[in-house]
Amino acid sequence: MIRFRIIKRKPLPGWAKIVIPIAAILATLILSAIPILLAGGHLWKSYFYLFHGALGTRYNLLETFVKASPLLLTGLAVAFAFRAKFWNIGAEGQLLAGALTATVLGVNLGGIPSILVLPIVIIAGFLAGGLWASIPALLKTKLKVDDVVSTLLLNYVMIHIMGALLFGPLQQPGSSWPRSSAIVKAACYPILMPRSRFHMGIIISFVAMLIIWFINKKTTFGYQAKAVGFNIRAAHFGGINTTSVILWTALISGGLAGLAGVGELCALQYRLIMDISPGYGYSGIVIAMLGNLHPVGVLFSSLFFSVIIVGAQTMSRMTGVPTYIAEVIQGMALMVMLIFLLFTEFKIKVLRK
Amino acid sequence: MMAEFLDLAFISGLIGATMRMATPIIFAALGEILSERAGVLNLGIEGIMLMGAMTGFLFTYSTGSIWFGVFAAACMGMLLGLLMALLSVNLGLSQHVSGLGITLFATGLAMFIYRLHFGSPTVPPIIQPFKQVALPVLSKIPVIGPGLFTQYTLTYIAWLLVPALSILLYKTTIGLKIRTVGENPVVADTVGVNVTLTRTLCLVAGGALMGIGGAFLTLAHQNMFLIDVIGGRGWVAIAMVIFGNWNPFKATIGALIFGFLDGLQLRLQSVGLVLSFHLFLMIPYLLTIIALIGVSRRAAVPAGLLKPYRREEKGG
Amino acid sequence: MGNNDQPVVRMSSITKRFLDVTANKDVSFDLYPGEICALLGENGAGKTTLMNILFGYYTCDAGEIFIKDEKVDLAAPKDAISRGVGMIHQHFALVPSQTVLENIIVGTASRRGIFLDLKSARQALLELQERFGLQIDPDARVWTLSVGEQQKVEILKALYRDVDILIMDEPTAVLAPAETADLFNTLQSLVKEGRSVVFISHKLNEVMDISDRIVVLRGGQVVAERKTSETSARELANLMVGRELLESIEKKELAPGEPVLNIKNLNVLNDKKLAALMDLNLIVRQNEILGMAGISGNGQTELSEVLFGMRSPTGGAIQINDRLLNFGSPTASIKSHMGRIPEDRIDTGLLMDLSVEENLILENHSSAEFQFCGLMKSQRIHQFSEDLIKAYKIKTAGRDAATKSLSGGNLQKVMLARELAGEPSLIIASQPTRGLDVGAMEYIHQRIVKERERGAGILLISDDLDEIFALSDRIVVLYEGKILGEAPGATASREQIGLWMSGVKA
Repeated sequence: MIRFRIIKRKPLPGWAKIVIPIAAILATLILSAIPILLAGGHLWKSYFYLFHGALGTRYNLLETFVKASPLLLTGLAVAFAFRAKFWNIGAEGQLLAGALTATVLGVNLGGIPSILVLPIVIIAGFLAGGLWASIPALLKTKLKVDDVVSTLLLNYVMIHIMGALLFGPLQQPGSSWPRSSAIVKAACYPILMPRSRFHMGIIISFVAMLIIWFINKKTTFGYQAKAVGFNIRAAHFGGINTTSVILWTALISGGLAGLAGVGELCALQYRLIMDISPGYGYSGIVIAMLGNLHPVGVLFSSLFFSVIIVGAQTMSRMTGVPTYIAEVIQGMALMVMLIFLLFTEFKIKVLRK
Repeated sequence: MMAEFLDLAFISGLIGATMRMATPIIFAALGEILSERAGVLNLGIEGIMLMGAMTGFLFTYSTGSIWFGVFAAACMGMLLGLLMALLSVNLGLSQHVSGLGITLFATGLAMFIYRLHFGSPTVPPIIQPFKQVALPVLSKIPVIGPGLFTQYTLTYIAWLLVPALSILLYKTTIGLKIRTVGENPVVADTVGVNVTLTRTLCLVAGGALMGIGGAFLTLAHQNMFLIDVIGGRGWVAIAMVIFGNWNPFKATIGALIFGFLDGLQLRLQSVGLVLSFHLFLMIPYLLTIIALIGVSRRAAVPAGLLKPYRREEKGG
Repeated sequence: MGNNDQPVVRMSSITKRFLDVTANKDVSFDLYPGEICALLGENGAGKTTLMNILFGYYTCDAGEIFIKDEKVDLAAPKDAISRGVGMIHQHFALVPSQTVLENIIVGTASRRGIFLDLKSARQALLELQERFGLQIDPDARVWTLSVGEQQKVEILKALYRDVDILIMDEPTAVLAPAETADLFNTLQSLVKEGRSVVFISHKLNEVMDISDRIVVLRGGQVVAERKTSETSARELANLMVGRELLESIEKKELAPGEPVLNIKNLNVLNDKKLAALMDLNLIVRQNEILGMAGISGNGQTELSEVLFGMRSPTGGAIQINDRLLNFGSPTASIKSHMGRIPEDRIDTGLLMDLSVEENLILENHSSAEFQFCGLMKSQRIHQFSEDLIKAYKIKTAGRDAATKSLSGGNLQKVMLARELAGEPSLIIASQPTRGLDVGAMEYIHQRIVKERERGAGILLISDDLDEIFALSDRIVVLYEGKILGEAPGATASREQIGLWMSGVKA
């Protein structure tokens, strides 16, 4: 009789931290063969177009960065929250809050000096996302409402607020579609490279990554958030104001997601539409987990995801595999990564009797 | 305007809509209660419902048999429940993360398979959905009769499942085992209950209920599959489980309140009340959050919830 | 006794390894019908692990087990239960929110198929209660029961499964002396019926009182086996520790100084909203160790939580060094110059996933010494933690090592280092040596005595009477939320303290 048991193993050496995510990504790509073959795609051709579509030409490469920007921001948002065990599943709603605020300001701020418009829009978008995230944080700390459920439900509340506004006061005059007027020129993110959509928001998201890394590593707040995340009781015992840590975490986390919304609006769409986000907030959860909640890890996993998303479009065009393969691969990547991470701490022991 | 509110047909229609809109929530909430009573929070619920909705639709479309669609949806739910069990029970991964992973994976997969099978048609394919069945005599009761007793068969099944699950949990040896596993897996293990097996079976059975709940939306409520067909109903079901203190009857009351608001919103639209339907759609979610505030103080959460169980974790 | 019979259990050459520790090494153990066999040994000697193997909770790496002459392969407790082996763990395996009856019948077959047969189960339970004199209301929720009653539920649970080999892990640790006597009567009546009992303990006197035979474990190995009638407590003590027992702690004569802690009329509720402390008054002075004895669960936890700022009282006042303590705020407690050693160092005291250094700076990481405008001064923090690791001889791979990689004794040293670094004027030490080995225990005791000489006042809360007697200048006994008696440490008698602990006011 053979039995299996999962038991603890001795900690793996440092290189495992780098090797394991790479192995997980490779395993995911291999597993992706299943849906590709199911869809009747030619295997090697599909892989080729997947990568060629994302990295093969200058425009595509820059497009991959364009796609990575919101993913990096929502990934950071979720990672920052999860690190303090604030289960923020609401990055999608916070992103929309940011985009909505940027729209209201971007459409109406024509009168003030144009140099001020963009900073105001960005800060307001950050605050809107942060404040929206602080609602579930307040509910959690003051009223003990489960944060997973409240952040999830608030996503739908935000979608409907946006819907009500787009069918109401924000609707473009004369349009029958749920879309807003275009924002003023001064509220648009500058394009940094000619003949592409490589915009300022990409720089913002990279800077945000560095700032979060710095907060985590060097500041007392980063230390407190980590303590609260690992053991809130011991952190409280040690004199850390856990309520304030969770609230500030929520504010920053939601703010990052809000910035993603500002970027999508001010750099790509220029007007608010219902489909402003194809679920970036939810992808952010996977990206954060895949990056092991570490800012640098989040950077790489968001780049990996944008390669998949951008590449899947070329692949779909050339081989007929539906673009939704990107979502399937994302989901698989998360699960593979989780299992791989598990085996950094545990091993399977075979018991024979 | 007021006259229309007091119209008997309106009230009767509202009762019917309440029942109809509550049905998928009841199925999903019962599935979630079963999982959580065994100590596993299944956040895969939203994705499992979407896969159920898609699978049910696909099989009904292909075979023409609507019951075969329901069966397929249940099987798909069981399969995803099994995947959840593999990740969160057998491997002991974080329940939050495994569940969200399944939702994201299943959402992608549902859209992928749908697109694979139907391509991107300009007019979405439709099926012949369930018809409502009027129960003899009962449906003739004035005012409430037509609403309560002219319903889809799946709605009647949902109503029967509520006491059935309650009996299972509180009156059977299996139920006592499930509750013990959910409260304290160590206790269960030391009296010889197989914790892993119990949790796995509860997730699989719960997944079947979630799958059927999703299929109700494409096979009865509507006759086509749309990507946002679930629209957060899985999350609402989870909230109703908390609201209902992990009790099938109380969670059903929560589902009915949600169904009522959902139904009222549809009714008001149909009588031409000029009010942004988006604001109205928001109300159930807001009320659910408010309900959670009141509940959190007396929550009888299963003590073993969220705790993966591994026997030989000691020593190191 | 039936020691000439065939053994009912034979465990031969059992070896069990955990990650780095060999918990059992080539251990052989026999159990005979109708006997009470004591497994004696220090914490960490491998007693519980060995019995968990017999109970099927752990699987051994090597060795064979025979139960009733049949070689068995125990994959799970259900395999052991089906062969008549039952085990009552130190932490009771009961579901607090369920009734006594539900706790007892879970996992057993019902005469009504899949439906619960509460009626005949209740009947069977009442018969068992009658037979063994264990009276418990079957419909009471377990959380409403006292610890002693919960233990009765555990015994009934085993008897309901018709267990004839009953393992009890440290069953008296949570009992008052009177309850212990009851338990011993029950065990005697069990063996009279031909059942066998394994009694795991490290308390010599109890083992001498109750057992027929004693097996001594040390460092995972069997070091001796004696008939109880042919040995003495003194011999057992030496076998158990492997050297002369009981360090004699040298304490300087010091006159108590000013009060550092003054508790006035403190009233506190426990988690069930029942009174945990009632009008408690207490004074601790400089240069004084006040030992608070008592069975666990008489309000000690709640008292320390109030002092630590983790729980708010319903009434009363606490004065620390002439200043009133702000309730319900750990920060206020830290600022009051209090060293806090919580009884639960793993869940409350330490952040096991963080590094040793991060644990050492927990309470003063936001002081001006270690941060500037929210930026951590890493140089100073490194210096600070290196110094403490050296001063307290903490065995760790380095300041960056994960705290969970440390042994129990070193965890407590980290705890002490952090709490004593600021030279507090008041130290609350709650069960400071629970679960530690002798070496670590001695170290902690010496440290506490040293703090006393420095001038600190120390409140030592412990359910270990040896510890209380070894360290205290003054002893108070806490019983059901009240101080039942007080005696000077030098002249107090064990009998008197024991009576107070069981609620007898003489």
